[in-house]
Order: sequence, then C-alpha cells, then structure tokens
Amino acid sequence: MLDAAGNWVKERLAALQAFSKLSFDAFASLFSKPRYWRETLEQMDSIGVGSLTIVTLTGLFTGMVLTVQSSATLDAFGARSYVGRMVSLSMLRELGPVLTALMVSGRVGSGMAAELGSMVVTQQIDALRSLGTDPIRKLVAPRMIAGIVMLPVLTVLSNAVGMVGGFLVARFTLRLATSLYWHSALDAIKPHDLFMGLLKPLVFGYIIVAVGCYQGLTTTGGTRGVGESTTQSVVVASVLILSTDYFLNLLILKFVYP
Amino acid sequence: MPTLAISFRNVFYTYPGNEDYTLRDVSFDVALGSTAVILGGSGSGKSTILKLVLGLIKPESGVIEVGGVDISGLQESALMPVRAGIGMVFQEGALFDSLSVAENVGFRLREHDKLDEQEFEERVSRLLGFVELGKFYDRAPSDLSGGQRRRVSVARAMAHSPGLILYDEPTTGLDPITGSTICDLIVKLRDLEGVTSVLVTHQLRDAFQVVQSFVMRKNGAFIYNRIEDVELLVGSEFIVLNEGRIVFRGLQRELFRSDEPYVRKFLDGQIPVSVIETEGD
Repeated sequence: MLDAAGNWVKERLAALQAFSKLSFDAFASLFSKPRYWRETLEQMDSIGVGSLTIVTLTGLFTGMVLTVQSSATLDAFGARSYVGRMVSLSMLRELGPVLTALMVSGRVGSGMAAELGSMVVTQQIDALRSLGTDPIRKLVAPRMIAGIVMLPVLTVLSNAVGMVGGFLVARFTLRLATSLYWHSALDAIKPHDLFMGLLKPLVFGYIIVAVGCYQGLTTTGGTRGVGESTTQSVVVASVLILSTDYFLNLLILKFVYP
Repeated sequence: MPTLAISFRNVFYTYPGNEDYTLRDVSFDVALGSTAVILGGSGSGKSTILKLVLGLIKPESGVIEVGGVDISGLQESALMPVRAGIGMVFQEGALFDSLSVAENVGFRLREHDKLDEQEFEERVSRLLGFVELGKFYDRAPSDLSGGQRRRVSVARAMAHSPGLILYDEPTTGLDPITGSTICDLIVKLRDLEGVTSVLVTHQLRDAFQVVQSFVMRKNGAFIYNRIEDVELLVGSEFIVLNEGRIVFRGLQRELFRSDEPYVRKFLDGQIPVSVIETEGD
C-alpha cells in the first residue's frame, strides 16, 4: 500500500519534472537558431482565427446571461443602472479569461495532444529526430508562442463581445438607456483590472499549450493512447486553469490592487 | 579513420516501466561497407538496437559507438552531427502526414541545406527517380500504398547521402513482390552508393535476398544477380536475437549449420527443411 503510494508520488514528480523540462526547453530554443516563424504563424492562425467562432459565441452568451441574472439581484436594491459595471468587471477580470481558456483548451489543447500523440505512435517524432530536427524547437516552441500571444487577443475579443451581449439584453429586455449601460460599464474599468484581465490569459495560454504538447509527446499505447492523451489534456488543462486562476487572483488582489 | 560503422559493447536496455531487460549484454560490430541482418521474433529487441544507434534512446549501461564516436552519453544537440551520417527507414515508413511526398523526401534538405527551389526540385526528383516514384512528387502520403510509403521512406533516408542506413522491418506487411522491390532498393543502395546497411527483419526470405543479391549498372540499366552458393557469401553478417540476447552471430552458412535451439526453431519455422539441408551440409 505504502509502496504503491510512494510509486504514485514518484511518478507524479517525474511527470512534473518532464513537464517543466519541456517548457524550459521550448523557451530556451527561442534564443538560438533555427527558429520556425512560418510554423509559428500557422499556429497563430490555427489557434487565433480558428477559435474565433467559439470564443465569440461564448463571450456573447456569457455577457447576455450575466445581465439577465444580475439584473434580478440589482433590481432588489434599485440598482439596475449598475448592470453595465457588473458585466464589464465580471467579464474582464474573471469570466472572459477563464471561459475563453476553457473553450480554447477543449478545441486547441486537445487537438495538439491528438496531433503530437499520433506523430509519436506512428514514429514521426522519431523520424523528425533522426532527420536532425529537434521536435521541441519545431513543434512545441511555435505552439507555445502562438498560445501565449493569441489567448490574450481572444480574451479581449471575448470580453468586448460579452459587453455587447450584455448591452443587447440591457437595452432590449431591461429597457436600460444605452448611455447608462456603457457609462457604467466603461467607467468601472481601472488599469489594474486590465492588468488582471491580460495577465491571466498569458498564463492560461501557456498552460493550454504546455499541457497539450506534454500529453501528446508522452503518448504511449497506440491509437488508444492518443485518445487517452487527448482527454487527459483537456482535464489537466481545465483543472490547472481553474486552480491557477484562484491563486492568480490572490496574488494580484494582494500586490496590484490598491 | 574508423573501420567500424557501429560497435556495441555490453549494452543493456530497459524500457521505462518494464522490469525485464529488453536488451541484455548485447555486443556486436558492423564494419564499414558491410551489411548486418538482425533477425528475431517480435519483441526480441531488434528495433530497440536501431533506436539506440540513432541515439533516440540511451542505453542503461554499456558503450555504443557510431562511426568511431561514443554516443552513449551524448546530449540531443551533440547527437545531431552523428545522425547526419545515418539514414533510417522506419516501420510503416513514418512519413509526415502533413507534408507532400516531395517535402517528405527533401525534409532534411529544406531544414539543413539552404537549397534554392530549382536545386531542391532536382535533388528530390532524382531521389524519387531512384525509388521509381517520380510521378508521385506532389502527392500526399495518405494517397500511397504501403509499399510506396516504404519506398518514399527509403528516398527520404538517403536524401543526405548517409554512409549508414538502418532498415526497421522494411518489408513487414507487404506482399512478396512489393517486399522484393524494397530488398532490391537496399541492394542498390549498398552496391551502387556504398552504404553500410543494418537490416532488422523477421522475414528470412527477404534477408537472404538482400545478402545473396548484387546489382551492377550496365548501359543505364540495373542488372541484378543472385549468388546461390552460400559458401561464397562473406560480406554480410547475421545476428539472431532472442529475448534481448544475441544467440547467434555469423555468416549465412554458419547460420544454416547452427545448433542453437532458437536459431533452429526460427529457421525451421520459416524456410523448407530441404533448403537448409542442401545448403547447410
């Protein structure tokens, strides 16, 4: 029993070490040649442009439902005019970054794990290495840059669409004046909210790509293994995103907020 | 100048998570310009040897030299120059799905030699011509048959003119005629390009075809011949693996005469007894 627990801990620590090494190697590879800019642009296209639809829809409906839900509570205090503030701050600080990251993890992180996992089981990664190309440099680093750059962009988009979604409901269902909504929404945003709203997606972008690539590259057990890596990449990334979000909140509220 | 292409000394290897050794105390040499045939059943550790030669995995103990360089403890970046001298034909080909046939074949040329487009096309067309797949330049790997994929893989492995090519079960899963064309390619590379070859297989028929055949170029055509008398065959060595141990090393005539039980079982299971008796005695 103790042995099994010991082995489990040992395995987890080894995985953590391998995960950290993969991240470190990917970043370190950016400081020397060759660099794969074409692959990086392709990944940016795949992560960014490819995720536009789901991110827009997620943002839109989140903003809309936030307005519907919060208006009932705000009405109890006669504070319906604050609904814009409620939507903008919730989207910017919390829901925009987290929901975008979760959606992108489901779409992109799983795709990376599946693609790299298939490459492992069909020996394409070995072939790459035998042809003198470092798979981390060619496959992981471009995805890492693309993830870290594109997730903040997607999050900003999601926030904006969310606020518009909130506005549509506020304007046409709650009959709130346009200027009242936007005034409240935009005035509430302070620089530290923007900082929080942009730092989080940077970290989440890294988590999604690093987990997806790590799960893919450590795939064993043929096509069944590819399926497991794909599922695992979404589960691990989602849990990491939600837990990191909590700790980031603690840190930012303590050190950045006045 | 090293005279050995590959040298293994007391190599042990275990795959992570396995308790048993995949390779136990494996020692052998492959001389420059020669052919080594590694035989054995599935899971005997044959392919593991090729991965060790490429430095894709590291031995648990023992020394592996490739072209006179001890690669056992080398970092990935230090292994790159060693790999530049090696070509590898993977099981099932391991072609990159996302690239065309030409981009697969010219992968190394694109990555390492900065060729202009015209030079790239010429080189790749010549390589595809060598494996007789010139028409497939722009096709996707998914459009190819199993045999064609292996041939593209051979073209990719020879693109940078390596001195050593490793073949991992290149004919497994192919029909005998297609398998035979792959064997002809191996012979062609060995005899016309002077490539040292390591052929891992469990197909005795194909191993014998590679060892017994030779090819000459005459008036632009390739003329294949086969030496039937095994006594004359000296250039190629057979290595038989069983459960990670080398149970036999020697020439084909010695293989036929071996009393080693696993070798006997392996031979008896695959080729008609009459052939062994007449050729072995």
